[in-house]
Amino acid sequence: MSLRRPAKNQPKSFEFNSSSMDAAKKIIEKYPKGKQKSAVMALLYLAQKQNNNWIPLAAMKYIAKFLDMPYIKVYEVATFYSMYNLSPVGKYFIQVCTTTPCMIRGSNKLVEACKEKISEKELELNNDKSCSWMEVECLGACVNAPMMQINDEYYEDLDKEKTLKILDKILKDEMPKPGSYRGRINNEPENKRTTLMDLKNA
Amino acid sequence: MLEDKDRIFQNLYNDLGSDVISAQKRGDWVKTKEITDKGRDWIINEIKNSQLRGRGGAGFPTGLKWSFAPKEIGSRPHYLVINADESEPGTCKDRDILRFEPHKLIEGCLIASYAVQAHVCYIYIRGEYFVDGQKLQAAINEAYEKNLIGKNAAGTGWDLDIYIHYGAGAYICGEETALLESIEGNKGQPRLKPPFPALIGLYGCPTIINNVETIAVVPTILRRGGKWFASLGREKNTGTKIFCISGNVNNPCNVEEEMSIPLKELIEVHAGGVVGGWDNLQAVIPGGSSMPLIPKEKCETLTMDFDSLVEEKSGLGTAGVVVINKDQDIIKCMARIARFYKHESCGQCTPCREGSGWMWRMLERMSKGEASKDEVEMLADVTKQIEGHTICAFGEGSSWPVQGLLRHFKDEIKKRNKFDPIVRENKNIPYLVDQHLLDKNA
Repeated sequence: MSLRRPAKNQPKSFEFNSSSMDAAKKIIEKYPKGKQKSAVMALLYLAQKQNNNWIPLAAMKYIAKFLDMPYIKVYEVATFYSMYNLSPVGKYFIQVCTTTPCMIRGSNKLVEACKEKISEKELELNNDKSCSWMEVECLGACVNAPMMQINDEYYEDLDKEKTLKILDKILKDEMPKPGSYRGRINNEPENKRTTLMDLKNA
Repeated sequence: MLEDKDRIFQNLYNDLGSDVISAQKRGDWVKTKEITDKGRDWIINEIKNSQLRGRGGAGFPTGLKWSFAPKEIGSRPHYLVINADESEPGTCKDRDILRFEPHKLIEGCLIASYAVQAHVCYIYIRGEYFVDGQKLQAAINEAYEKNLIGKNAAGTGWDLDIYIHYGAGAYICGEETALLESIEGNKGQPRLKPPFPALIGLYGCPTIINNVETIAVVPTILRRGGKWFASLGREKNTGTKIFCISGNVNNPCNVEEEMSIPLKELIEVHAGGVVGGWDNLQAVIPGGSSMPLIPKEKCETLTMDFDSLVEEKSGLGTAGVVVINKDQDIIKCMARIARFYKHESCGQCTPCREGSGWMWRMLERMSKGEASKDEVEMLADVTKQIEGHTICAFGEGSSWPVQGLLRHFKDEIKKRNKFDPIVRENKNIPYLVDQHLLDKNA
């Protein structure tokens, strides 16, 4: 199990803004009547997006009221799932995959790059408080290893040099182009396709 | 080698576009009504004849699973749930289906929903695949616009709504009952079985849960016939499968191949060979991290299917092949997998919650040569204490890779961890003290 704690400094109140409110209402409609509790995960995402990438306790209380469920149940969900950030992580949140398939292709170099450019420790904001990084478990892009995720986007086929360049862009407040950084197309074997030959460049 | 015309996922590398019009050109959504008109029993029978086994890891026969759904809709509605919570290290096949072949999945959902009489289908996608989920959502919207799903979906007379539910980074939600808990808005902790979800599942209603790849191959099987699918591969291990080849190979890739393909062909032909040549191979994890590794000697002749891998005391799992060459420290690789399981244990059953961390700490020390001789046996004992003593199969999943390591690389561990605890002053490691409690720098 992973250990997760809410941040010390918490805002006093939280409320959905109008766009989050519209989205929340649409999400609840996806589930049968009386089962609005199912929407808790999606609503936590909304809160996280609205509140600069992290979920304060006030938001959990607000969502509990919104969905008519006990606060502790929302707290349970928010602390169980690792994608809910319980403390500020900055505008750009970098997650480096270091599980075995990435590890054997050199993900430690990516971690080094993050340490150099952002902060010595995981989940520590950099100087201008715009980004932070952490090691995560398998992100499910193993044939594109090593890779990392920045907010929602995947950055694949990396090495230390390329990671440093990506991080430089981020520190300049620009979102780099996602996808493979060795120019390969999706998940096909690089330069040497063996199947679906007729379709190449179709 | 499988011929290109027999590959189900023609757009695996996105040469043709994933939108609905391109998909229709490839044969998706063509005369779906004709398939459903043949009736539920015909569909389930045809899937049974094709001998399709679930692609999510356990390999349960899909036709049999569908036949467990109640024949008539009672007081409770039926649900179809698609498991797209692909988090097994080494596996990235469902992601390509979600982003490049979404219409195969959606059409499969319609046919499967019709077969098990579900009007609502939830697709549970792991939260990290948000961008790929958006692509699937776009495809679902297209399908609604063209009236391929919704009321009287594709003219079949069946109503179907498909919704996406995003997970949030919990590996355990790939377990079917944990997935249901997660959709219901709880912590993803598995339920006891029985009752099985086919009778009491989502919201207490009959629910059929299938993997993305399983559902996505269904329309093609029904169009080309169960016989065609059964003619590929071998008895009880039929059809095609997307293999993900990662790790120390020259060209890591996803490739759709026939079941029972030799592992050596998979690595040498499709993945461009092992880095440093075949002789540099150390071991292969054949089916995602929870399957025990297989040493090089056995890789020469191994064929990749459910039954032949079980004979080698491993399993096909999700067909995520992780190749490890001799440049890697095998104990460290397994220690990292143990750390993965320690991180992802849901904490419900004590043997797994405590045992997964225990195995990780022992393996970390073993990789550094800080363990004592008798700890090797102790580690084997710990894996046995976890296996079979947990609610879900996750307990097995965490202990199998360690057992695999002990089975094939025990000598390596023993060679590195020679010292005897009696001479503990030598290394300043107090015996039987949990190492993680000691601050090394202090």
